[in-house]
Amino acid sequence: MKKSNPVGAKCYKVFSLIVITLLAIAFAFPLYWIITGSFKTQQAINATVPQWIPQELVSMNYEKLFSRQTAPLWEIGIFKGPVVPAALRWLVNTVFMAVAAMALTCFTAAMAGYALAKKRFIGRSVVFTLIVCAMALPKQVILIPLLREMSDLNLYNTIWAVILPIVGWPFGVFLIKQFAEGIPGEMMEAAKIDGASEWKTFSTIALPMIKPGIGALAIFTFINSWNDYFMQLIMLTSTSNLTISLGIAKLQAENATDFGLIMAGASLAAIPIIVVFLMFQKYFTKGITMGAVKG
Amino acid sequence: MKYRKIIALAVAASMVVPTTVFAAEGEAAAADITLWTYPIGSWGDSATVDGLIASFNEKYPDIHVTVEYLDYTNGDDQINTAIEGGQAPDIVLEGPERLVANWGAKGLMVDLADLWTDEAKEAIYDSVENACQNNDGVFYEYPLCMTAHTMAINRDIFEAADALQYLDEETRTWTTENFQKAVQAVYDSGQQNVGAVYCSGQGGDQGTRALINNLYGGTFTNAEHTEYTANSEENIKALELLKSMDGINFDASIAGGDEINLFCNGTLAMAFCWNVAQENNNKDNITFDALPMAFPTDSGEPQLCGGIWGFGIFNNGDDAKIAAAKTFIDFMANDETQVVDSVKASSYWPVKDLGNIYEGDELMTEYSTFIQYMGDYYQVVGGWAEARTAWWNMLQQVGSGTDVSAAVEEFVTTANAAASAQ
Amino acid sequence: MSSNNRMSKALVRRETIAGYAFMIPSLIFFIGFVIYPMVQCVLTSFFDSTMNRDDIFVGLGNYTELFGDSVFMGALWNTVIIVIVSVPVTCIFSLWVSSVIYDLKGPLCSIFRCIFYLPVVTGSVAVTVVWKWMFNNYYGIFNYIGKTTGLIDQNINWLGDERFALGCIILILITTSVGQPIVLYVSALNNVDQSLVEAAEVDGATKIQCFWKIKWPQIMPTTLYILVITTINSFQCFALIQLLTSGGPNHSTDTIMYYIYYNAFKLYRYGYGNAMGVVLAVIIAVLSGIQFKLAKTD
Repeated sequence: MKKSNPVGAKCYKVFSLIVITLLAIAFAFPLYWIITGSFKTQQAINATVPQWIPQELVSMNYEKLFSRQTAPLWEIGIFKGPVVPAALRWLVNTVFMAVAAMALTCFTAAMAGYALAKKRFIGRSVVFTLIVCAMALPKQVILIPLLREMSDLNLYNTIWAVILPIVGWPFGVFLIKQFAEGIPGEMMEAAKIDGASEWKTFSTIALPMIKPGIGALAIFTFINSWNDYFMQLIMLTSTSNLTISLGIAKLQAENATDFGLIMAGASLAAIPIIVVFLMFQKYFTKGITMGAVKG
Repeated sequence: MKYRKIIALAVAASMVVPTTVFAAEGEAAAADITLWTYPIGSWGDSATVDGLIASFNEKYPDIHVTVEYLDYTNGDDQINTAIEGGQAPDIVLEGPERLVANWGAKGLMVDLADLWTDEAKEAIYDSVENACQNNDGVFYEYPLCMTAHTMAINRDIFEAADALQYLDEETRTWTTENFQKAVQAVYDSGQQNVGAVYCSGQGGDQGTRALINNLYGGTFTNAEHTEYTANSEENIKALELLKSMDGINFDASIAGGDEINLFCNGTLAMAFCWNVAQENNNKDNITFDALPMAFPTDSGEPQLCGGIWGFGIFNNGDDAKIAAAKTFIDFMANDETQVVDSVKASSYWPVKDLGNIYEGDELMTEYSTFIQYMGDYYQVVGGWAEARTAWWNMLQQVGSGTDVSAAVEEFVTTANAAASAQ
Repeated sequence: MSSNNRMSKALVRRETIAGYAFMIPSLIFFIGFVIYPMVQCVLTSFFDSTMNRDDIFVGLGNYTELFGDSVFMGALWNTVIIVIVSVPVTCIFSLWVSSVIYDLKGPLCSIFRCIFYLPVVTGSVAVTVVWKWMFNNYYGIFNYIGKTTGLIDQNINWLGDERFALGCIILILITTSVGQPIVLYVSALNNVDQSLVEAAEVDGATKIQCFWKIKWPQIMPTTLYILVITTINSFQCFALIQLLTSGGPNHSTDTIMYYIYYNAFKLYRYGYGNAMGVVLAVIIAVLSGIQFKLAKTD
């Protein structure tokens, strides 16, 4: 390849790479600090001169985390799981919340996005305008009515009170619509001529074509709901219903003094999702990219 | 496990217990109730509370108590959302400023008149009795324990700075003038951070209030507890003094709990958010001699802020639950075999004469010096929740250089507006 | 949409029935948990509504009070600052990083991408906890580094000082939002038609010309998408504020989102909080409308 100014470009590139490497270290630092901090002694954590590499590894913080409150591992109706440290239950709740929100969002958004893109129904543009306007709406705006509504539905202080508003958020519909626009009309016409029902057209023609979009949406929803601290804060109260984010936030408020314990909680929250992320990294990036290119 | 119930019943029946008005022993109607506790000594610790509930269940096996533990950072928000969400707890363990002045005043609490029998009124100290009722004499709290909030100094640092001469280790008092000298001495000895007027938010406000009020004898409210008086000359003078002192920072990045931590790890040489429970909870972390002190005063007569904690019941519209909650409170606070344990769990003092329950406990004996300095319990003034948030904002303003009298004036206007709105 | 005109009535009916049949599951959630609460929000904003008392109709009272409330105006301003600082910075920063790393050989690009994505997956609460420690006035790492390198001679109370607190919040917000844009830009840049670039280089175009004339138009859709998601993200910034500063010191980090929460659960002013929500919703709806229009004309 020819470069117009090879020396200058090289210098710029090397210099940028050095800066980016330094920044990358800074970006990785919080996570490094959480994980090493969770194995440090109280003195090492509070030392005025930071201990960059822990001199002594202890499991004390995790022991403390696990010897706190307990809760059954799961509760479905009257069926309760074995009693475990509450932190594990929080993990179970969080996974359940993220997976349920993800599944419901993908299911509803796939159908709605397809309809918005391909069905010329009356009121379509009204619905679509509403969706676009509501998409950027922060949930804090409707927190009071939402809280009252959940209370009326008897869902307050259940994980569903967190899941349902996530599913209601119309971003997914918008995303899938962008994908479904690309389904060639001729393929649908052909299916129709073959006498395929509406559902069949959707499931055999449209669905395979919007699959990458659904993948992107799934990942997006999963991460978003994992981090959706605000709804959790408002809707969940009992120890056995908390999510891991909320659990750490509470831990921090109760034990502002005990950074080791907080770090242990934070590690417990971060590590599972990071492992998931690293395992599915390829799909993550692919899915996210798909969403953007179409969107 | 039916036979266990029968045994429990038999045990309960065989015990001689003081009469209660709510339920015959062991026959209380079955109910599930929730108890939410703020971290009042070990009442914030699940191991201790589980033990207390176990002894309650020995006697009342059919009342099932679920406990949630709150913290002072988010606890109020949590209860407020729960109220709005229709799932307020049945019982809350906290002080009159929340139970009486806040949720009580909003009509959310159950009148506890039948717990406040003549016998109870007789036994419980008058000042506590007054604090547990609103101006119309309706009781929203049944008290369990009390303490005096103090401050504390790092005796080692003070000694090294030769600042111990400025305080009276016998009576644990010091004058405003000597306080200034002591802080200056400690500061000059190389301790840059002597004390911090923490003001990031929730929790520990009593420490900053007591500090400011005591310095020149100001008051927080009027004697009738109807109006805020924090804009008095004495308070303005005190704030200006604190602002001008070397080594005292107005720190909007830390709350009371952080201050305690910084004191315990030796970063700060004194703590304003202190009481016996702090020393108890942190005894493993403190590597120096922590000396509790009364707040410095001009007059030599400290007026310490009291803390009173007790139970209140949210009116959730279920009579069975309310009855069960009352049974629980009655057991925890009145049962002769139980009350000492309940109080000791808080690591504070009882609200009635139970004899010396801390016989031989050095730490408790040391801290009991301060009970005599206990001042007026003004936290039952109206608009308390709003006033407290405005208080932090006032301190933040002073810390960032706003004119003290303007900041205090704004605080009093906001607080009084909230008080008169009730 | 010219096909619309040619559709017969029967076809329209069929399409409408089918359309709504597919929409229903989604609409139930959307109407139930977004539209209905929003309507409630608008309705209660005309009332003085508080805990355990009947609402009192005050007309536009809440709104008039709102625009005279200096804290609200401050919060509005802070929200705007957060958005107008963090959105462009996030976009430019991630475009710059991506442009440097996208053609790196071997696993390097993927490693960088991963690292910049870490704060996103670590979760805002866990990340915030560390940042709180790093900004600590007494033993935080920033003061330590600053002092050992001689950049500052005295501890700075990062989160407790009006001058710095909002900046700190924005900094953290940016670190937790660049992950996704970098991933997007890297793949967008890789998808740029190389033959066009090479042709331009043969014609003697400089790197910069190459970028603006050829690459930039091709990554434009990605940029628009990134603008949308980072704007949404910046508006929703709540955990950072609640956990780090509670809106302080002296309301310098109050955003509308936090101030709504503050009014609702610290001051029990539901009607007033809802009025704020309505104002914010209108602002955001208008912004989205504009963004959407822009995207369409492109």
